[in-house]
Amino acid sequence: MKEFFRRRKTSFTTGEQPEGSPVPDDMWVKCAACRDLVYKKELNDNLKVCPKCGHHMRMSAQEWLDLLDADSFSETDAHLRPTDPLGFVSLDESYADKLVKSQQRTGMPDAVISGMGMIGGQRLALAVGDFAFMGASMGSVYGEKMSRAAERAADLGIPFLTINTSGGARQQEGVIALMQMAKVTMALTRLAEVGQPHIALLVDPCYGGVTASYPSVADVIIAEPGANIGFAGKRLIEQIMRQKLPAGFQTAEFMLEHGMVDMVVERNQLRATLGRLLRLYAGRREPVAQFMVSSEIYVNGRT
Amino acid sequence: MDETTKHAETQPHELTPWDRVQLARHPQRPHTLDYIGALCEDFTELHGDRRFGDDAAIVGGLATFAARTVMVIGHQKGSDTRENVKRNFGMPHPEGYRKAQRLMRQAEKFAIPVICFVDTPAADPKKESEERGQANAIAESILVMTNLRVPIISAVIGEGGSGGALALSVADRLIMQENTIYSVASPEATASILWRDSAKAADAARALKLTAQDLYDLRIIDEVVAEPEGGAHQASQEAIRMLGERIRSHLEIISQIEIGTLLKQRYQKYRTIGTYLEA
Ligand SMILES: [Zn+2]
Repeated sequence: MKEFFRRRKTSFTTGEQPEGSPVPDDMWVKCAACRDLVYKKELNDNLKVCPKCGHHMRMSAQEWLDLLDADSFSETDAHLRPTDPLGFVSLDESYADKLVKSQQRTGMPDAVISGMGMIGGQRLALAVGDFAFMGASMGSVYGEKMSRAAERAADLGIPFLTINTSGGARQQEGVIALMQMAKVTMALTRLAEVGQPHIALLVDPCYGGVTASYPSVADVIIAEPGANIGFAGKRLIEQIMRQKLPAGFQTAEFMLEHGMVDMVVERNQLRATLGRLLRLYAGRREPVAQFMVSSEIYVNGRT
Repeated sequence: MDETTKHAETQPHELTPWDRVQLARHPQRPHTLDYIGALCEDFTELHGDRRFGDDAAIVGGLATFAARTVMVIGHQKGSDTRENVKRNFGMPHPEGYRKAQRLMRQAEKFAIPVICFVDTPAADPKKESEERGQANAIAESILVMTNLRVPIISAVIGEGGSGGALALSVADRLIMQENTIYSVASPEATASILWRDSAKAADAARALKLTAQDLYDLRIIDEVVAEPEGGAHQASQEAIRMLGERIRSHLEIISQIEIGTLLKQRYQKYRTIGTYLEA
């Protein structure tokens, strides 16, 4: 596992842990699934997967970058900053204040980090969401960074990996946020044109306008064990639609069973899986036409 | 006559965003099949997604409009409770979006333009829709529309609610009637998400900038189409005629654009939506 995530020493100890509540001495974390106390260092060495029950805890975008080969990451479009395009009139905290607070808490200007890197020596572009930044809601900066990363991958002729976690479209940017669903999908058509794959990783939680756009039409969709993934939130279905939901509804395993994702992959296997996929897609680079002699037609093994 | 309609007739310039929400949802507003019936000839409805079923919340088929064959597709609400139950209040299931995708692909195959009517509170948020892949269905619809090689016009004739509306409105021309709305979520949902109180919907309606004029000012739509005095429900046939005239005019223009150029324009149009700073 260590060969998978080589850590800068400090980064597993920073950032919020919305589901694993830290205990006073800061050395132990309580697992939200099994309620056991886990030694923080052990947890971090285990890629934030509970060593007792296998629960996959949330990771920051920064932490996800360790999926890449050591020192291979270079960030792009780090200079994009959110604005308040609607002058959103909030009944409580203003959008501007919310942004500043989230920026201070996460050290990120908005919810996505994008850039270039390598996995197993193979180049790729990637974009990663961070749930700690306003629920990784998709607004203009999110959409623009995703779109630029997809277009850059297309220009360079390399694969594109997205790591997706989100509550959905950012309400404070209204219909502009909604339109980012179309915008990112639009940008990804460039990648398709040059025959490079989009691989989408869905991690807990992933909902609404993000699930209902670009990740759900990726060439390969990978989900983490136990991740909650869906369109409508469970609370809405239960409380407004008044439907009883079965155990395991909207989990990664549920999505696999219903044909919505290609595979559920444990965190310690992700790097190997992605490396293999990148090799496989790279292996069919030659267009089929090049194998055919123009004047001949192939029929039943004869020409 | 209800209060909002009276208000719309006497003081149309004082309508609040929340008033527009009421007008957009007015049960007597003409719905998709009313528009198709009045504007088109030979409408031949095509049913089913060939995978699971036929969703009555989305209707579509071939028709003649302005002396040419078109593919018309729209969300369909009912005008009474019985029909609304049948139509699921215009909230499509995955099979509705997949039917729309099938018809759009067919339009591409036969090189006929697509006209969409948008009128949905949201995509269906029930357990069964999740099981059948609501997220995937919406995502596929958006993808199909991004590079469909025929002209697409979408007209909002009531509620443009969230991803459920977007799935029929990635288009070369997007137009809205003046009393319709288009939003990232219903005002009730936004109020509930942000302020944990759906009763604050009127405040959310104002904050969301969801009226036709707002969307025009935000450069999301191409035109605000006038409605008869008091709203489309006050003079349905006139409202239908007014919108039909604008669809005809836009169709005439975009039909003359070479398809490669049109696709580039469609790309640019959506690619440039968003407001951010380059620090
Ligand atoms: Zn545990």
